[in-house]
Amino acid sequence: MRRDYTLYFFAALGSFMIVYILLPLGMIYAKQAGDFGAFLKTIHDPVVLSAVKRSLLTATATALIALLFGVPLGYVLARKDFPGKSFVQAIVDVPIVIPHSVVGIMLLVTYSTYILDNYLGIISAMLFVSASFTINSAKDGFLAVDEKLEAVARTLGASHLRTFFSVSLPIAFPSIASGAIMTWARAISEVGAVLIVAYYPMTAQVLILEYFNNYGLRASRPIAVLMVTISLGIFVLLRWLVGRASNAPR
Amino acid sequence: MLRVEGISKDWREFHLRDVTFDVNRGEHFIILGPSGAGKTVLLEIIAGIIEPDSGRVYLNGSDVTDLPPEKRGLAYVPQNYALFPNMSVYDNIAFGLKVRKVPKGEIERKVRRVSEVLGIEHLLHRKPRTLSGGEQQRVALARALVVEPPLILLDEPFANLDVQTRSKLLAEMKRWRRELGFTALHVTHSFEEAVSLGDRVGVMLDGSLVQVGPVREVFSRPANEKVARFLGFENIIEGRAKGRKLIVGGLEIELPVEVSGRVRVGIRPEDIVISLKPVHSSVRNEFKAIVKSIEELGPLVRVHLSAGEISLSAFITRSSMLELGIEKGKEVYVGFKASALHVF
Repeated sequence: MRRDYTLYFFAALGSFMIVYILLPLGMIYAKQAGDFGAFLKTIHDPVVLSAVKRSLLTATATALIALLFGVPLGYVLARKDFPGKSFVQAIVDVPIVIPHSVVGIMLLVTYSTYILDNYLGIISAMLFVSASFTINSAKDGFLAVDEKLEAVARTLGASHLRTFFSVSLPIAFPSIASGAIMTWARAISEVGAVLIVAYYPMTAQVLILEYFNNYGLRASRPIAVLMVTISLGIFVLLRWLVGRASNAPR
Repeated sequence: MLRVEGISKDWREFHLRDVTFDVNRGEHFIILGPSGAGKTVLLEIIAGIIEPDSGRVYLNGSDVTDLPPEKRGLAYVPQNYALFPNMSVYDNIAFGLKVRKVPKGEIERKVRRVSEVLGIEHLLHRKPRTLSGGEQQRVALARALVVEPPLILLDEPFANLDVQTRSKLLAEMKRWRRELGFTALHVTHSFEEAVSLGDRVGVMLDGSLVQVGPVREVFSRPANEKVARFLGFENIIEGRAKGRKLIVGGLEIELPVEVSGRVRVGIRPEDIVISLKPVHSSVRNEFKAIVKSIEELGPLVRVHLSAGEISLSAFITRSSMLELGIEKGKEVYVGFKASALHVF
């Protein structure tokens, strides 16, 4: 049999990326394992714990807000052609190209003291950088819903709104959910904009940075490990749940 | 009951031009046309999914052109059936009733009844994507019929089925219609569907409805050359069947299969043999006929004949026309094998 060397070659090149991502992740755990005491102390430190709690809370709130406003927008983008649609579509993607420190400065310039150093500030910074994931995957999800399904539901007597809730939304749900998870993940990993808008109340991301600046690598590492564990754990769990829901035998 | 008046629409690559027709209560009306003729667009305009550029749609005398689909109550069965993948077969069928807030017990009763007629009771708990094409078609039909709509719109309902399932469902469709008594507007490119199910047929070419009439009339008297070419020019004979005999006026035609009731059979012009004297051989059906007209088509000649109530057209070669001395008004014998007949 002839071997297909092209694929092997590509796989060899591609595995660089996997190693590149996995190596630092493994290293941080390996290094911390040598200093387990510090890690234990960290997970009992009330300052650290409340910062982590704050991060989880604000990221979750961000994802919910993104759903509330992003899903309707995604539906409109998927179903309606209108003048300026590509402009709207571009705006949705704009936050991806703006450096996050600039995002923070823009938000401060616009909303100034309303968002300075409060929860609203954390959430608005997170929302700005992460909402596109929910909007785009809601749009993709609705695009994948056959318009004939909606047409049939309408002819059977369902109003447009009823059709949306009983046909379009349930079918697009897995896509929307994975978009919301991406939004959540992007929100909890955001530092740049949060740092500028709301240094306090302190989130775990900012706390890690502060420890790094003030006490160095060794001091910030245990919180980093804790943060990676929690956010990766939740991310993987949610992805698994959504994957199970969308592959369930129907 | 449904009247479509002067509908025009430019939609993507489709262009409907001034389409006008009506469908009577209890009728199975077929719109026959090649793919790309704009048949689906027309159905969706009638259903209220697409807005026409001009023209009106009337339902039971009232203008519904500006009503949304949910206010029209016409059940639509798209070509891909569009079963809701997130619901069980039962919930699919019950959808229209739930939307109408019908009490639970009555929903259950109605869903059972329609599933029984369509033979899908055993599928009610299944999810649509586990069903075969034929089963999906039945479920889609059940979902449309259960709300007892004044009219159901069928878009190529048999196009996605394999040949066997297709002919079985075609036969069953006639029974369902008898048992449930619905009115249907059915678009298709299939000659066979039109002849077996249609009461009246409208031929649609390039976005225009070029001919509307009873099935036999349209097939035996195409309005123009384009229609004739599209229909493939078959002879359609309509009569009452008893066992293996088809009775048309005073004539008896031997059939290849046993059937009963009102049926249509088709015979291709090239399968008809013309002779001057009766021939008793393997040719089972033979009638005396009169030559009505002759059309010269190069090497072939199309001869139009009438035998009692039956009008037929036959192809013969130019040389045999000369040899037989066929001319207008001449009395000849026409014959064809029973096996050459296609029973619809």
